Amino acid sequence: MPAEFDSAAKFAEYAHPERLVSTDWLAEHLGRPGLVVVESDEDVLLYETGHIPGAVKVDWHTELNDPVVRDYVNGEQFAALVGSKGIGRDTTVVIYGDKNNWWAAYALWVFTLFGHEDVRLLDGGRDLWIAEGRPITTEAPVVRPVEYPVVERDDSRVRAFREDVLDNLGKLPLIDVRSPEEYTGERTHMPAYPDEGALRGGHIPTAASVPWARAAASDGTFKAREELDAIYRDEVGLAEGDDVIAYCRIGERSSHTWFVLTHLLGFENVRNYDGSWTEWGSAVRVPIVTGPERGEAPGR
Amino acid sequence: MDATTLPARLAETREDFLDLGVKDRLQLLLEFSNELPELPARYADHPDLLERVLECQSPVYIFVELDDEGRVHMHATAPAESPTTRGFASILAQGLEGLTADEVFGIPDDYPQSLGLGEAVSPLRVRGMTGMLARAKRQLRERVAA
Repeated sequence: MPAEFDSAAKFAEYAHPERLVSTDWLAEHLGRPGLVVVESDEDVLLYETGHIPGAVKVDWHTELNDPVVRDYVNGEQFAALVGSKGIGRDTTVVIYGDKNNWWAAYALWVFTLFGHEDVRLLDGGRDLWIAEGRPITTEAPVVRPVEYPVVERDDSRVRAFREDVLDNLGKLPLIDVRSPEEYTGERTHMPAYPDEGALRGGHIPTAASVPWARAAASDGTFKAREELDAIYRDEVGLAEGDDVIAYCRIGERSSHTWFVLTHLLGFENVRNYDGSWTEWGSAVRVPIVTGPERGEAPGR
Repeated sequence: MDATTLPARLAETREDFLDLGVKDRLQLLLEFSNELPELPARYADHPDLLERVLECQSPVYIFVELDDEGRVHMHATAPAESPTTRGFASILAQGLEGLTADEVFGIPDDYPQSLGLGEAVSPLRVRGMTGMLARAKRQLRERVAA
């Protein structure tokens, strides 16, 4: 049975309020049966320095990615992974993490590939929980592994591949969520981040630039519905019924934007192109635009 | 790469990591992270001396010193929210402490990849330590030439 939803007034404005919980809600519900709290961070050791009591860790690099092929884990691997963390198919999963929930949103997106129904984000993530002086522990949680069914990963609904982007150039709105320097082509990777490698700089023609963190308020929570509408609908021009593809460098920052567009603003067909710039920027003969303008789809 | 080709402390660190299972390697890295000393006061007031390691995800700065006796000291600072990076810096700071410049130049550039951390923290993250070692050597070359 899913845990009750957080009825916070701020969330009620969003298209799917059931996808968020507040720190107050989580503090009240910690330890309830049927609820598993997951921490997912950029830094693989951050969880070990202190985490929400009872929370388990999921690491994107070492646990969600296939170790050999550039892809996500398969159904068997996912079932073994989450089952070992005490997560069953009907468990309510609340994910939180560092950096405005950047990696938490990525983990949530991967859970979505496997159709895990009740998966939510902690609004404000790790930083807000700590800033509010709430309890943190280094004590490892006692986890009782459960059986999770093997569910085939569904890449058709929320994931886009290079061919999908190419075939839809000029037809579907694209959102580039990287930094302005990456968008214009000045840089091929994030300032001060490891360079995962792209041979060319710039962006996919027609893509609008909306750095992902614009969706977050200064305390790491999501901005209010009205502010988000002002960015994505008024400024970018997304319209009701639009199918959207978001991308970044390896698909992590764009998971955050995917969450905003899908669950907060209610766009029904948003896909995350996880190949993103590390694929596009190194692919042969795909069109690239440099500079601040969106550019046009090449004639076909 | 073993005790005959590596400075003693780095060889010991490497053996310690390789003796452990993947999960415990993370714990050991955390211990290193906790051991990273504060910057000496004389550098804390001189952020200009510190060089940012761009290969790392988190803001980490290093400074390599060659003292009057020709001994190397590496100092580093990184935020508490970046324990992995702190751990990398701590392994190198401890491993380089008191070596001669030639001993440091002799450390294989791929030493970070030899610690068995690829599986525990991912090869991409280990690259951060590789960058740190390369920058430390470069700074030291500058000190020696000065």
